[in-house]
Amino acid sequence: MSGYSITEPSSRQKWVAGTLVIVYAIITLLPLVWIITTGFKSPVDAIAYPPKVVFEPSLEGYVNLFTTRTRIGQEQLEALPPPATWYEEIVRDRDMVIAGPSRYGERFLNSVIIGFGSTFLSVFLGTLAAYAFSRFKVPLKDDLLFFILSTRMMPPIAVAIPIFLMFRKLGLSDTHLGMILLYTAVNISLAVWLLKGFIDEIPREYEEAALIDGYTRFQAFYKVVLPQAATGIASTAIFCLIFSWNEYAFAVLLTSGTAQTAPPFIPTIIGVGGQDWPAVAAGATLFLIPVMVFTILLRKHLLRGITFGAVRK
Amino acid sequence: MAEIVIRNLRKEFGDFTAVQSSSFKIEDGEFFMLLGPSGCGKTTTLRMIAGLELPTSGEIYIDGEEVGQRPASKRDIAFVFQMFALYPHMNVRKNISYPLVSQGMSKREVSAKVDEVTRILGIEDILDRPVGGLSGGDRQRVALGRAIVRDPKAFMMDEPLGALDAEFREHMAEELRALHDRMGATTVYVTHDQLEAMQMGDKIVVMNHGVIEQFGTPQDIYDKPSTMFVAEFIGSPSMNFLRFHGQVHAGSSSVMMHHEELLVPKAQEPFEGDLVYGIRPEHISLNDNGTLRGEVRAAEYLGTTQIVTLKTGNGELKARIPSDQSVRAGEHVGLEFDGATVTLFDNQSGRALRSDLNEGVLSHG
Repeated sequence: MSGYSITEPSSRQKWVAGTLVIVYAIITLLPLVWIITTGFKSPVDAIAYPPKVVFEPSLEGYVNLFTTRTRIGQEQLEALPPPATWYEEIVRDRDMVIAGPSRYGERFLNSVIIGFGSTFLSVFLGTLAAYAFSRFKVPLKDDLLFFILSTRMMPPIAVAIPIFLMFRKLGLSDTHLGMILLYTAVNISLAVWLLKGFIDEIPREYEEAALIDGYTRFQAFYKVVLPQAATGIASTAIFCLIFSWNEYAFAVLLTSGTAQTAPPFIPTIIGVGGQDWPAVAAGATLFLIPVMVFTILLRKHLLRGITFGAVRK
Repeated sequence: MAEIVIRNLRKEFGDFTAVQSSSFKIEDGEFFMLLGPSGCGKTTTLRMIAGLELPTSGEIYIDGEEVGQRPASKRDIAFVFQMFALYPHMNVRKNISYPLVSQGMSKREVSAKVDEVTRILGIEDILDRPVGGLSGGDRQRVALGRAIVRDPKAFMMDEPLGALDAEFREHMAEELRALHDRMGATTVYVTHDQLEAMQMGDKIVVMNHGVIEQFGTPQDIYDKPSTMFVAEFIGSPSMNFLRFHGQVHAGSSSVMMHHEELLVPKAQEPFEGDLVYGIRPEHISLNDNGTLRGEVRAAEYLGTTQIVTLKTGNGELKARIPSDQSVRAGEHVGLEFDGATVTLFDNQSGRALRSDLNEGVLSHG
């Protein structure tokens, strides 16, 4: 050992830290890996004991996820013309024919509409409110902020029954608008508080410079503050999306048909055609993708400190 | 370019009065300093001229037009912030051209303007760099570029050198003054640094607790302070104050301080009570003929001069004397005051008494 530095970690510390990160990653990723692999197993392999790590991959789970099937007799099966597509072939192997598409596609689309819709609305309203709270003299500002925060002080599901009754009266039950409004109401307090913190950090001088340069207050907000707040907006959007995307309890309670999202739908796959774990796993795997893509797309905003160095502190 | 007139300007934040009824006039093309300690209201005054704060009452005239309640974007002035406030998501070129874009200027004109300004400031080679990686001096130049590119009526500068390193400040101060002389633009400059104000300003307003203490040229403010606050704030080391109880008669040229007769400029108003005899360190000389005696406490060597701290019967004094004059700590020396430069103050109000020296200057205050 030639020298000792308190800021630069030693190779031993790096090794320990690296190992911890890897162990943590394995622990958190294992269930995901299990779900993804189960999606590609055959129903028999999926429930095999001891569990199969090496298996013959099959798309049966995905086919079952997107179709409804009917079992038919051997004679009828032989009377049919040979299967036209690869997925029909998989179904025929189980002595069944495809009766039609499943509802997974619609439910998935509902999730996209409701999840992204409420995220957009929360972030949009949250940014405007946070800017106002951060920059203007709002009467009773602290009380209002506390009131907004207080909506997070109990689990939202605690008010499920009033909301259920309210939605029924207003005709919002099982509608996209109803779910978007509900998730926005839950997310907005988080959005306002998070974004207020980010906007407080942006020096007022930027806007003042823009005002002096001949821009209106709104132009200054739009052209100078918003780009600065991009990091905060991106992370707020991710939090909001993850909540509304994964929300289960309200979705079960308030949606059943047209506006049903994927989380309450996926469990219903079990019971329709037996315990079809590969189809459930396939549904869960596909369900992960939008949030993953969204997070990866916004990741550079999360990591990039774009205001770094522009103001001397 | 424009003349700026401030009349009875006042700003209150709730119960706190930041600026109390200020009035002054900034001539066309003047480099005007707003000087004072932090919290004295100088920045608030500047922000009111710029339109970033609206005055509680009073008027602001830019180029003869009353603009007090107009938004900043309608006043056609430029502002250089202490923290520069360059738009961090834009490169140097975009930062400088941003004010022009808001005016709807064509691309060709904008780029010609930007080229001209960057040539003046000598920053042509960093035009396409992001502002994040620039040195303090370059950021300062970009901020100036953004201000001058528009040919505004006036420039507001809020401690623009405050964020720079000491060695670089001097250089930027010269550059700023040279730029001002070249463009002849009315400039209002806020600083708490009295040296900066004296060095760069054509005129100075000294503020304290929201009140204008004095308004005038650097020489007048240094030589003829109108209040004890100004006398103490300007100059380093600051003016010596010798406190005594006594009286002055109108027309007399001396005062009696503890049985010692001291010369003063011919008084124009009589006063009796607690007086303060104010004298700058450079107007005290060590001379064995001096009637007042003092004991040398310490001497700070400053190159051409030295600052000698002396203990006298009237309190501690600092004298600035040539550095070749030898003094030793503990030595008793005679002191001689240059009476013609003295200002007498009323100790209670801190106000300077009128004399032949400061006649005509005090009326501004």
